Amino acid sequence: MRIVVDLNRCQGYAQCVPLAPTVLKLNGEEALMYDPNPDDSLRQQVLRAAASCPVQAIIVDRLDEKGEKA
Amino acid sequence: MKTEALVADLVTEFKTHGRIVIVGASLAGLRAAEALRDEGFNGSLTIIGDEKHEPYDRPPLSKQVLKGWVRADHTLLPRTRKVDAEWRLGVAATGLDRKAKHVRLANGDQIPFDRLLIATGVRSRPWFNQKEAALEGLFTLRTSDDAGRLQAALAAKPGRVLIIGAGFIGSEMASVCRELGLAVTVAERAEAPLVGALGGVIGDIAAEMQRDHGVDLRTGVSVEALEGDAKGHVRRARLSDGTTLDVDVVMASLGSIRNTEWLEGAGLASGFWGVACDAGCRAFDIHGIVTDSIFVAGDIARAPHVLYDYQFLVLEHWDNAVFGGKVAAHNMVSLEPDRRPHLPLPAFWSGQFGVNIKGVGVGPFGDEIVITQGSVKDRRFAAAYGRKGRIVAAVTFNHGKWLEYYGAMIERSAPFPPPPPGYDQAGDMKPIPARFPDPRTPTGFPDVVLTGHDPTDRGAEYRPKKR
Repeated sequence: MRIVVDLNRCQGYAQCVPLAPTVLKLNGEEALMYDPNPDDSLRQQVLRAAASCPVQAIIVDRLDEKGEKA
Repeated sequence: MKTEALVADLVTEFKTHGRIVIVGASLAGLRAAEALRDEGFNGSLTIIGDEKHEPYDRPPLSKQVLKGWVRADHTLLPRTRKVDAEWRLGVAATGLDRKAKHVRLANGDQIPFDRLLIATGVRSRPWFNQKEAALEGLFTLRTSDDAGRLQAALAAKPGRVLIIGAGFIGSEMASVCRELGLAVTVAERAEAPLVGALGGVIGDIAAEMQRDHGVDLRTGVSVEALEGDAKGHVRRARLSDGTTLDVDVVMASLGSIRNTEWLEGAGLASGFWGVACDAGCRAFDIHGIVTDSIFVAGDIARAPHVLYDYQFLVLEHWDNAVFGGKVAAHNMVSLEPDRRPHLPLPAFWSGQFGVNIKGVGVGPFGDEIVITQGSVKDRRFAAAYGRKGRIVAAVTFNHGKWLEYYGAMIERSAPFPPPPPGYDQAGDMKPIPARFPDPRTPTGFPDVVLTGHDPTDRGAEYRPKKR
């Protein structure tokens, strides 16, 4: 799956981190680091993490879009 | 048929059967394509990109990827919707014929368009000496392929890494090297890192951060020559202060060059500074007349900004690509009364040495700075930039939650120095010179001359100099 975090919008609340700890991490106090293309098996975790973001900075691809190859 | 009905028909016809070509298959191009479909454009859509990869995100390349956590080919951008486009990837656009309305590709193909979006962005500036540039172990970083090669070189545990240029990318790379436990030297021509974007006051703080983390930071020096071993692998660097360094990996982070060469001869206001466009993303032609069918977005777009005396600004920022692409798309399928302006409050971020650096506004537009909140010593603070009594930018180090507060002041053209914030006030709120390099230092000479004597002949002509 694919995600991107809008790091302009991200405020470092880090509520997402415990919900998908292998995908979203803090580097220091407030800089978020993430895996942009985590394994599909993590989709539920990542969706919950995205939903938990108070500023909705985590953008997740739409599952039904997966078929479209460039 | 009444004119209005005719025009309405034209719009419907264009949305149904029109042909749109997007040159540039990265963030701006992708988000524009998605927005075009969201806007109800059902005509043919072609996306041209010189890299073979589908659109991917670049900011992780200098961080997660170099560190070895994320694979270089694993930063593909999520799609927000199906774009149903014809993708021409791995082939560069080499020319634009505005009369015939087609884009020429490197393989000789010609792609016709009714409306065109230019989103070709920038590339990294190569090492200036061509012979030295061919040395093994010398890298630049812009593409995912670059990042893959560089990551492999760092994973091989080189003896010493030399980073030339301490802008954001160079500083982020230095941070990753230290996280990987590698010996790293940073050579910066200016007095400190990040001086071009944030000025010398913040640059001094960035320099301390680098040194505290074990970076061998050398400022006020340039690298004059690179030398290789018998196998053609870089092994030594000669600096302008007479010292030499034994190095195994060299990363040249010398800024960017805008990808405008393919537009030469097209008669657009393009060149060294990017492609000039209005605030609605419509390209200007070489005379400064706005075009109707050519639009610009992303790192290459250069538009007048209301907050900054209507100066033409290029904003090489992530969200400028996203929002610029969306506004360009909207205006490509809209008529005059419905057109929207792209008036971003510039915003950027950088993660380095465990500190989250974020900024809003245009720092170099200002000449003074004041630390407003927090503590520089703790590397957790906010600072505001001002010009002529007005706040024009702000930067935070591990203090990002407050950035919006400053952003709102910048948008309102609030006074500088700003009123002391009611929370976490910094000790000394006295403005001092921000110490930006002198913008009057010439960096290039114009390529455009005025020709023609009679008013009907009068026009501008592009005469590129050999570079």
